Amino acid sequence: MGNRSATSPANAALTLRNVTKRFDGASGRVTALEDITLDVREGEFLAIVGPSGCGKSTLLSLLAGLEHTDEGSIRLGEQPVEAPGRDRLVMFQQDALFPWLNVLENVLFGLRLKPDLTEAERLESARYYLNLVGLGNKEKARPHELSGGMRQRVALARSLAPNPRVLLMDEPFSALDALTREQLYGDIQEIFTKRKKTIVLVTHNIREAVCLGDRVVLFSPNPGRVQQVFDVNLPRPRRMNDPALAALASEVTAALSSHLAK
Amino acid sequence: MASKLPRPVIPTFVALLILGGWEWFVRSGRVSEVLFPAPSHVLAWFWESLLSGELLEATWVTMRRLIVGFAIGAALGVPLGALCARVRWVRDTLGVLALGLQTLPSVCWVPLALLWFGIREEAVLFVVVMGTLWAVVLAVQESVLNVPPLYLRAAQTMGSNGWHLWSRVIFPAALPGVLSGMKQGWAFAWRSLMAAEIFVVIIGGFGLGSLLNAGRELLRMDQVMGVMAVVMIVGLLADLIFFSPIEGWLRRSRGLER
Ligand SMILES: Nc1ncnc2c1ncn2[C@@H]1O[C@H](COP(=O)(O)OP(=O)(O)O)[C@@H](O)[C@H]1O
Ligand SMILES: [Mg+2]
Repeated sequence: MGNRSATSPANAALTLRNVTKRFDGASGRVTALEDITLDVREGEFLAIVGPSGCGKSTLLSLLAGLEHTDEGSIRLGEQPVEAPGRDRLVMFQQDALFPWLNVLENVLFGLRLKPDLTEAERLESARYYLNLVGLGNKEKARPHELSGGMRQRVALARSLAPNPRVLLMDEPFSALDALTREQLYGDIQEIFTKRKKTIVLVTHNIREAVCLGDRVVLFSPNPGRVQQVFDVNLPRPRRMNDPALAALASEVTAALSSHLAK
Repeated sequence: MASKLPRPVIPTFVALLILGGWEWFVRSGRVSEVLFPAPSHVLAWFWESLLSGELLEATWVTMRRLIVGFAIGAALGVPLGALCARVRWVRDTLGVLALGLQTLPSVCWVPLALLWFGIREEAVLFVVVMGTLWAVVLAVQESVLNVPPLYLRAAQTMGSNGWHLWSRVIFPAALPGVLSGMKQGWAFAWRSLMAAEIFVVIIGGFGLGSLLNAGRELLRMDQVMGVMAVVMIVGLLADLIFFSPIEGWLRRSRGLER
C-alpha cells in the first residue's frame, strides 16, 4: 500500500494529463483542480475521496464532458473527451430522476437515445437492470412514490442500462441513511463484479471509498490536487465493519489530517 | 351535529335565504323594479333568451373569439417565451417589453385596435391576443429558466440535446409553470374580451359583452344582471372543466400535492 506511480496507458479507460480547471466566481478566481494526472484502468473501480470543496464534482463534470479543462487533456481510450457522451454516464447525488416519467420510462430514457436498438430490446434491457437493482415490481411507480434508496437504485439502473463504458458517480449515497447505504454498497459491488464496469466514484466518506474502490485516490483542497493513492487489496464483497477495511480507512484519514494540519 | 350534514347544505340554504330576501325586498315595492330586478325577473329573462336562441348565440360568438384569441396568444407566447429563456438579448429586450405590457390593462388596447383594424372581428381578436400573449411569454420564460440544471445535465450525459432536450426534458419540466401561465393568460383574455365586446359592436358578431351593453341601452336591467351571471358562470366552468383537472393531474402525478 501507499504511493503508486501512474499505470501504463495501455489498459487505461480514462487518461488525465496535467488537468487544471479554474472558475471565476463572485469572490475572485478559484482553482478547483490543479495539475491532475491520473489513469483509470479498464474494469477498475476507482474511488476519489476528499473533503468538500476539493474539486471532486468538478472532476466528474470534466470526465462527463459537461465542463472543459483550462489546461491539460482527458482521453477516453484514444478519444479526447470534449462533450457529453453515452459512453460515460453519470449518477448524481440525488433527484436527477425525471418526475414526469415513471420508473420504467426513466430507465428507458437513455436507451431510447440509442438508435441501433429495437424497442423490444430496449424494454428487455430496462427490465433486466430494474430487476438487477431489485425494483422489477416498481416499473409503473413515479419517482415521488419511492424512498430515497429506491430512487437511487432506479438512477443506478438508468445509468447502467445504456451500457456505458464508464460509470461516473458523484456522491450517490450521501443523502441516504446508513442502513440503505450499506445495502446499496452490496448491490453496487455485486453489479460491479457481475458486469465488469469501469467505475469512478467520488465521495467525502473515506470508509465508503475504501469499501468500494480497487484504488482510493485522496484529494487535498485549495487547490484540488492528488495527494496520495492507496491500493485496496481486500476481497469482495466487502463489509463496512470489516476490521481490515477500518484499518485502511484510518490510514487514509491520517494522511488527510497530516496534510490539512500543514 | 352540524358536521353530520353534507357540506353543500349550508351554502345552499344561505343562498336561498339571500335570494328569497332579495325577491321579497323588490316585490315589497321599496325600489324600482326597472333598476333593481328581482331574481325571478333575471331568471325569466334567462329562460326567454335561452328559448329564443339569443343567449346561446351570443355565448357561442364569445367563446369562439376567446378560444381563437387564446390559442393564437398561447401559440405565439410559448415559442417566444422559450426564446426569451434561451437567448440573453431576447430576454433583455422582448422579455422586458413583455413585463411592461403585461401590467397594461388590456382594455387599453381597445382604442389602438379600433384605429388599426376598424370595427371588425380582427380588432376584438387583437385585444384578446394582447391580453393572453404577455402573460404566457413571461410564464414560459420563468418556468424554463427555473428547470433544475441537474435534469439538463443528466439528460445531456445520456445523449440528449437540441430538440430532443427541449421536447423531452425542458418542456415537461417547465409544464406546471407554463400551465399556470396559461391559466393566467386565459383570465386576462376573458377580461379583455368583455372590454372589447362592450366597446366594439360588430354586425353579425353579437357576443355576451355586446348583449350586456345592449341591456344598458334598452334599460333592461334583468338582461344586464343575467349576462353578468352568465359571464361569471362561463369563467368558472372554464376553470372547473379545463384548467383545474389538468393542474390537479399534473400535481398528483409528480407528487407536488401538499
Ligand atoms: N460553476 C462554478 N463557478 C464557480 N466556482 C465553482 C463552480 N463549480 C465549482 N466551483 C468551485 O470549485 C471548487 C470545487 O468545487 P466542487 O468540485 O463542487 O467540490 P466538491 O465536489 O469536492 O465538493 C469549490 O471551491 C467551488 O466553490
Ligand atoms: Mg460535490
